[in-house]
Amino acid sequence: MVEAQGIKFRYGSAGPEMDFPNFSCAAGERMLLLGNSGTGKTTLLHLLCGLLRPGEGTLRVAGRDLRASTDRELDVWRGADLGIVFQRAHFVQSLTVEENLALPHQLTHGHVPDDVLARMGAMLDRLGITHRAKARPHELSVGEQQRASIARALLHSPKVVFADEPTSALDDHNAEAVMDILEREATNATLVVVTHDQRLKDRYAKCITLNRQAP
Amino acid sequence: MKLGLLYQASRNLRAKPLQTALSLALLAFGVGMVSLMLLTEKQVNDAFERNIKDIDLVLGAKGSPLQLILANVYHIDAPTGNILQSEAEKVLKHPYIASGIPLAYGDNHEGYRIVGTEHSYVAHYGVILREGKLWEAPFEVTLGARVADQLNMGLGDTFFSAHGLTDQTDVHTDKTFTVVGILEPSGSVVDQLILTPMESIWNVHAHEDEVVDPATREITAMLLKKRNPLAVLTIPNVLRETNMQVALPAIEVNRMTQQFGLGTSALRAIAMLIMTLSFASIFISVLDNIRARRHELALMRTMGGTPATLYQLLLLEGGLLSVAGTLLGLALSRVGMAVLGQVVENQFHYDLDTFTVLPTEGLLVAAAVGVGLLASAIPARSSLRLDISQTLSEA
Repeated sequence: MVEAQGIKFRYGSAGPEMDFPNFSCAAGERMLLLGNSGTGKTTLLHLLCGLLRPGEGTLRVAGRDLRASTDRELDVWRGADLGIVFQRAHFVQSLTVEENLALPHQLTHGHVPDDVLARMGAMLDRLGITHRAKARPHELSVGEQQRASIARALLHSPKVVFADEPTSALDDHNAEAVMDILEREATNATLVVVTHDQRLKDRYAKCITLNRQAP
Repeated sequence: MKLGLLYQASRNLRAKPLQTALSLALLAFGVGMVSLMLLTEKQVNDAFERNIKDIDLVLGAKGSPLQLILANVYHIDAPTGNILQSEAEKVLKHPYIASGIPLAYGDNHEGYRIVGTEHSYVAHYGVILREGKLWEAPFEVTLGARVADQLNMGLGDTFFSAHGLTDQTDVHTDKTFTVVGILEPSGSVVDQLILTPMESIWNVHAHEDEVVDPATREITAMLLKKRNPLAVLTIPNVLRETNMQVALPAIEVNRMTQQFGLGTSALRAIAMLIMTLSFASIFISVLDNIRARRHELALMRTMGGTPATLYQLLLLEGGLLSVAGTLLGLALSRVGMAVLGQVVENQFHYDLDTFTVLPTEGLLVAAAVGVGLLASAIPARSSLRLDISQTLSEA
């Protein structure tokens, strides 16, 4: 489902070349990409999401060859097949929490079908934030925001879920809870967690450690 | 769930109430002022032109020609004085003059002028009777539609006239006027006049049983229609040795509106300035939106939004502002028109039509919305070049 071979990337034409290890992840599998700061974690995540284009190598995610795809194809692909949980939960501040959760559907398909709303209700219930559905994002606590952003990433049942440091802003208790939720809700998806959080190290059998990039 | 771009745009605007209100207010005031000026200009010109209607020359006592026109064509100024009827008749017989309508007045009832004239005056403006008949005998009057409506008078009602043209301080209690007819509204000056035979005016100032010598009968003015264009040049020469003058309504009104024109062009410049400021404010608010909301915009790109989606959203926000501001401006100009209409009505007994929509206003709407869209389209272009990866990496 995710396959990276010989990925190299540089920012601009003069930046240092960044080198990433090979890895692959089968459908429904979970894996950890572990690395400290300076290892290019965020760069790799953006490469995997098609926000950056690798200079060299093969990158296949959810059945798409990212180097061979157009920007327009990638926009649609991200909306349909990808769920992304960011380190800091961003929302459209003028919309309510439930409107934010429905936004990927709106942007990808141009409307929000009723079955998505039904799934959203059930998901908010499981995550314990039903009472926040009509609230504005900034009114939520950090933990609630993180749960809401997980709900948004998973509501459209994506094939692959990328999580960028989903726990780094949370204490032990909350970090555990968020990871439990993430795994539970992403049952049928491939889950790739990019983190420096050593607490997560023993959670998954499959763990790739990123090396420090040459300066 | 309603979550289209239009909905998102309106939610984004409402999330910044102060910025939105400022842009709206600026555009509304700009559009409102321009539209108000278009409306008043059109209405004033219409009213002036409707009343000139084929009156080529006005004959009256020497004095300010503009005053002669304002007093005798529009009935909004005091007359320049009286002239002898016999003298006026001589001018009427001049070969270059086709016809003339005499006017004699000096009294009022509740601020409405009582004008002695002939039936040709009503015919000239094409006014028809609503009820009753036109005046025949002395002290019979036919009311203009506005007079009848405002004073709530009907057929058979009687009243005394008051000396002067404006108030009720000096009432002639010995002579009673009787209403014998009421005219249909025409939008012309006739609507606000009380019409009566010339004899009424002469007799009201005569003492008991005194017969006015026909040789000393005076009139206030005569509205003339020329037979030959040379009348405009010839008649003033004929009058040189008399106490009379002729004035040309078209020229005097033109001169007056040109003097108003200086004022309106200053107002127009101010309105344009306000509109320009409002477009600048739309420009800045879209630009500011892109900066303040770049995380949101980048986020939308990771959830299936294309660059075109973001562009449309920002354009819609500017477009909504322009449309709402313009409509608000048109509403504002109607309110202004209603207030102005009230003032004009109280002071001059003139009716302004408050709720007409001018074709030029359509142009104004198109221009305001068009420039508003352009003012958002230019800054919105930078959303097309938004670097998603970099924006998302920013803390």
